[in-house]
Amino acid sequence: MNNKAHPMTNVADPYSEALAGPDESPALVWESLRARLASADGQLFWRSFDELAETPEFLDYVSREFPRQSGEGMAPEDRREFLKLMAASLGLAGVGLSGCMRQPTEKIVPYVRQPEDFVPGNPLYFATCMTLGGYAMGLLVESHLGRPTKVEGNPQHPASLGATDAFAQASILSLYDPDRSQTVMRGGQISTWGEFLTALAAELPDLRKRHGKGLAILTETVTSPTLADQLHSLLAELPEAKWHQYEPVGRDNVRDGAKLAFGEHVDTIYHFDQADVVVALDAEFLTAMPGSVRYARDFIDRRKLARGEQQADGAPHAMSRLYALESTPGLAGAVADHRLPIRADEIEGFVRALAAQLSVEVEVGQAEAISDANAPWLAALASDLTAHKEASAVIVGDGQPAIVHALVHAINRALGNVGKTVEYVPSIEAEPINQIASLKELVESMRQGEVELLLVLGGNPIYNAPGALEFGKHYETVKLRVHLADDFDETSFASHWHIPAAHYLESWGDARAFDGTTTIQQPLIAPLYQGRTIYEMVAVLQGHPELAAYDIVRGYWKRILGDGEFESRWRKALHDGLMADTRAESYKPEWSLQSETSAATSPNAGELGLEVTFCPDPTIWDGRFANNGWLQELPKPLTKLTWDNAALVSPRTAERLGVSNYDLVELSRDGQTIRAPIWIVPGQPHDSISLALGYGRTRSGRIGNGRGANAYILRSAEPAWFLSGVELKRTGERRSLAVTQNHHSMEGRGLVQLATLDQFQQNPEFIDPELRHPEILPTLLPQFEESENAWGMVIDQTACIGCNACVVACQAENNIPIVGKEQVGKGREMHWLRIDRYYKGDLDSPDAYFQPVACMHCEKAPCELVCPVGATVHSHEGLNQMVYNRCVGTRYCSNNCPYKVRRFNFLNYDAEFGYTGEQAPVLKLLRNPDVTVRSRGVMEKCTYCVQRINAAKITAQKEDRPVGDGEIVTACQAVCPTKAIVFGNLRDRNSQVARFKESPLNYSLLADLNTLPRTTYLARIRNPNAALGAPATIDTPPIEPTILDRVLERGAP
Amino acid sequence: MTQIFHPSMNAFAKATIFGGLFVAVAMAFSWDRINRSPYVTEADVVREQPVPFSHEHHVSGLGIDCRYCHTTVEKSAFAGMPTTEICMGCHSQIWKDSPMLEPVRASFRTGEPLQWTRVHDLPDFVYFDHSIHIAKGIGCESCHGRVDRMPLMRRANTLQMSWCLRCHRRPEQFVRDRGEIFHFGPLAPTKAHDHGPELVKEYGIDVRQLTDCWICHR
Repeated sequence: MNNKAHPMTNVADPYSEALAGPDESPALVWESLRARLASADGQLFWRSFDELAETPEFLDYVSREFPRQSGEGMAPEDRREFLKLMAASLGLAGVGLSGCMRQPTEKIVPYVRQPEDFVPGNPLYFATCMTLGGYAMGLLVESHLGRPTKVEGNPQHPASLGATDAFAQASILSLYDPDRSQTVMRGGQISTWGEFLTALAAELPDLRKRHGKGLAILTETVTSPTLADQLHSLLAELPEAKWHQYEPVGRDNVRDGAKLAFGEHVDTIYHFDQADVVVALDAEFLTAMPGSVRYARDFIDRRKLARGEQQADGAPHAMSRLYALESTPGLAGAVADHRLPIRADEIEGFVRALAAQLSVEVEVGQAEAISDANAPWLAALASDLTAHKEASAVIVGDGQPAIVHALVHAINRALGNVGKTVEYVPSIEAEPINQIASLKELVESMRQGEVELLLVLGGNPIYNAPGALEFGKHYETVKLRVHLADDFDETSFASHWHIPAAHYLESWGDARAFDGTTTIQQPLIAPLYQGRTIYEMVAVLQGHPELAAYDIVRGYWKRILGDGEFESRWRKALHDGLMADTRAESYKPEWSLQSETSAATSPNAGELGLEVTFCPDPTIWDGRFANNGWLQELPKPLTKLTWDNAALVSPRTAERLGVSNYDLVELSRDGQTIRAPIWIVPGQPHDSISLALGYGRTRSGRIGNGRGANAYILRSAEPAWFLSGVELKRTGERRSLAVTQNHHSMEGRGLVQLATLDQFQQNPEFIDPELRHPEILPTLLPQFEESENAWGMVIDQTACIGCNACVVACQAENNIPIVGKEQVGKGREMHWLRIDRYYKGDLDSPDAYFQPVACMHCEKAPCELVCPVGATVHSHEGLNQMVYNRCVGTRYCSNNCPYKVRRFNFLNYDAEFGYTGEQAPVLKLLRNPDVTVRSRGVMEKCTYCVQRINAAKITAQKEDRPVGDGEIVTACQAVCPTKAIVFGNLRDRNSQVARFKESPLNYSLLADLNTLPRTTYLARIRNPNAALGAPATIDTPPIEPTILDRVLERGAP
Repeated sequence: MTQIFHPSMNAFAKATIFGGLFVAVAMAFSWDRINRSPYVTEADVVREQPVPFSHEHHVSGLGIDCRYCHTTVEKSAFAGMPTTEICMGCHSQIWKDSPMLEPVRASFRTGEPLQWTRVHDLPDFVYFDHSIHIAKGIGCESCHGRVDRMPLMRRANTLQMSWCLRCHRRPEQFVRDRGEIFHFGPLAPTKAHDHGPELVKEYGIDVRQLTDCWICHR
């Protein structure tokens, strides 16, 4: 193999010596890429630069089924070792055979007194909620014999509507994380809760005498009514005490913007299902805002058309249009009909100009000069918004400065959206404050030596406070430092006392959703370790160490609801997962901002140079999920990066700076420096570097330690999410990154079908009939006899937002292991469901397309024909069954699978992480008991959640009826915020899935291979605006010769 | 050149070849026998239990229905084991001082559950569901044997896959009238085996699907 790395290669084995450095002029390569794209006339779908450039590494990679597997690169001495091991294992196998034959003795332990309504073997579901950034999402959690195993959304909860995000899905793994803190620690030594109480009790009398002077409490954002009540009464008792809040992915700009606009704290709720035109200004509203899951449902509900559903009056299908201006390529941009890469510090100018054009009631002064590239956008947006008054919505991201938020409020008012698509409610948070200011105040008083007792209740400020504040240095000066946290983390290490926090599935509590709806957080399991809740910690300060969280939360609500109907209302709230009538009431706040003529108030605007933007990581958020293997290994939606963050730059910026993928660079500003590898991302604005927060943890556990770069160090002490004037220095070193964008390539071939709305309305039958109704060709495969059920699936690409929730849901449901960075680098990730991301268009701002791909359950499955041991066979209901016990690991099936959906257990992956039953017995509790845990040497793949199919069939058959439509919900389908996945019985003509299959948009992947896949796709429909120069039609690209064909033409590299 | 081996060596050679063959066959045969022996299958092996519970006495002696103790057999994959409370429902009144029942009383007093040794233990990759078998007319006896004649519980069948398949291939030989599922011993003459095919039809059993792998494995 060519050992010299291509300048931007991402398939060269990142673990080999090949990372020495570029040896070809990058400029030449970029030119050739642009030339190739130009010649394709924008019709080409591509996954990566390597694929575009057809680098030798890439061709080598795709021409082999299992790149770099065992055997390769094995030195002679290794081979000898290998033979020795083989001989030894054969010998051991002989000895061990009898051990395999007899089953170990098992015990049955029945209850002494069985709880009511409890049927051993059948799971129970309990309603609870999980908070992220303080805001609640309602959940139903599945419990098997008292152990929670799977998280589902609560269909009654407004923030969930039955779906969840990837974080909620993965949170169950955090509960069983073997690295969780398990005991109270005092100065690094194991201690007890009792000793902590004694130590604190010694401080309390003095504290009371001083009216709380010297006491500071630092929490994350609080929406919990109970906790707010506790803290307020504590502060009333100890008026000199201070309560600070700091949420690293904070919403200071949102709060300040509303304050600026209305003179009071107001929260905004959007109704995207009412909006025909949506403008997202650097706003990741589909995944990274309070209420995102709900927003995604609402937004896509307005865009789902032609799934076989006709409008009642026969009117043309309505479809909203989304414009996205983005400083970091995100999901909003991928879903958008128009996307503009724009530097974060340019957005303020753009919004001021837009506000002026829409003649908002705020005096905005001189409209800013808008760059030539952005000018057509301004005109198009202004006219499209004006044309859709009362049915448009403008939303701005948390990262933009307060003034932008205020101006967007003004724009929404001017467009008459308030009361239609935009709703205002009183602040959901218990104490809306500027959190950065609050944290600064805390640091200042620590510096002054005023803080004697500091309780950090949740959060990890030593790690995630902005570097400029030097929180860690001042923290050391506090006399008594107490930290409540899930892990013994960076802050715990610097504290006198560490109290392990109870996981949300272990603790009572309450929290409010984005619209104010309150949910009682109900535990499903007693704390596995000595976990305590924040309620109990505050109660200790109040002098009530005897109170449990249950008493505190219940006591609060008893006071609120009154004695009369309390018991029934409390029970109903627990059952439903929400407290009735707690949604915040809509109101119209008075407008207060009259004039905003100052120049840009953003501290950075106007400065030139490189800009760095920070964003919460799409998979590990602010770092709290750093030790969650499911999330670490989840490919980030657009970059497909796993286990790391990187400095994302645009191709042109990379070209200008002379950097390429994997190059380690030093970013510095104001004396703070971090080192991160470069990753070149098409669609990134020029001269703007995106850095995800949450990496660079040092004390999170064996999964999260030492991965990526800590972007918090660079952050300034202002509520700013972007910095200009950052210096970038090349170090000459390179870093390995595990990126999956080239893995499991289906090599082009007309995979993504798309059309514009106009095109579709004029010619609904635009898809090649051969893809829609493949001709059934002669086949060697036997025709299986069909039964009353024929399971099938349809995936709507217009609805898929690429949020990854399905991937984690599948992992949780089906006991899928994580494999680690090195194995991902070798293409061995085990996800049964992957989301392919394709680009189309030029390098600087391509359109992105998501396509979830799992086993297609082909009726003529190529894998079945080649298995020598009959380990993969067809069922009468059309399922392509994988039988683990028969599998001998030849991997022929995977070789023969054109969709690349089969996964092989190369290693016993749990053991790789010390995650086996012996080393981490707690993880046994996590497993779904309805799914076999696979061993090394076995092939596996999507089963259509056969355990759920069987459960529904058994229920139906016991009741002597057919399985109804919608009774079987696969894990991926259940979690999908936009209902992009539909599953059901094709034989039932009235089922939703059968109707979708009749849609003109329905087509098969690789239909020409005669596989007759049971999973089909609905084409992506876009709704572009002709005013922005969008073509009215998109030509479906001709089905090109595959890359493999070209490899064969050229000869193997 | 002289022969290296004397002609009499031919006999040795033949003996070795055929002997080897014989040994191989014998090993294969005994391997198979061992696999089917009670040593491996644990069929007919009585396991030690905390209380020497007699099914014979409770089922044929007292006529207690299976579902009195195995409460979830119609609702769940797991048939259910009686809680201490169920045992004490009777044994707080009768045999209440029997030393044999002391573990049961101790469990009731202390709240510590009884720990029974599992007799019918399927491998973890098999997903057997009691409730659907009951619903489709498979009697307890078909798998568990004459429990009414077992003073101490033992496995009546091997529970090997070949044994499962006898019924999954020909359910008509085993299905019974739904009224006789919990009955042990010979069935009433009118409901004998020849009604099998009709019952299979009546219960809506798709026999072809019974041998689909994912019916039991997943």
